[in-house]
Amino acid sequence: MEIKNYETVFILTPVLSEAQMKDAVEKFKQVLLKNDVEIIHEENWGLRKLAYPILHKSTGFYNLFEFKATTKTIAALELEYRRDEKVLRFLTTALDKHAVAYNERRRKGEFNKKTEAKEEQAA
Amino acid sequence: MTLQNEPLNRNENKKKYCRFRKNGIKYIDYKDANFLLKFVNDQGKILPRRITGTSVKYQKKVAQAVKRARHLALLPYVTDSLK
Repeated sequence: MEIKNYETVFILTPVLSEAQMKDAVEKFKQVLLKNDVEIIHEENWGLRKLAYPILHKSTGFYNLFEFKATTKTIAALELEYRRDEKVLRFLTTALDKHAVAYNERRRKGEFNKKTEAKEEQAA
Repeated sequence: MTLQNEPLNRNENKKKYCRFRKNGIKYIDYKDANFLLKFVNDQGKILPRRITGTSVKYQKKVAQAVKRARHLALLPYVTDSLK
């Protein structure tokens, strides 16, 4: 099986308490680990405002995982997302080599909202 | 004698360029909504290449990133006052 880099972001409903939210994230992490996935990075953006209401909710808990996996894993993960009513939205993307490099730099905090500054310098 | 027509708008003479090529940006992050704001108008529509000057290769990536950001509610699908 071919192994690719993936990144998944999902939004959990804001009605959960902090602990419940952590549990749900842990649950998805276990789904990944059960499928022998190498988790590279995980990120919790906390409660964020949505740009438009989803299921009458205007906020949500954003979570991100970056991992290496096979295509079968993605199917299993997305099935879990669909079954779980706590998940408002999810997006899984395959990463190309530029994206992997970008994410590494992002993790190091090389450009924390400094993309604009970089733009201006060059202009 | 200043009968010769001079260009009124100097901005029009400035050549457009693709900012991704110029700055060597290879990947456009859909998670960075603030950056993507540069490529949408205040209704949240994606700006055409003729305005931003982006090359075809990167315009496709911009469009993909904006659409992903919309799906994740980082950018609105429709709005009246984004900026």
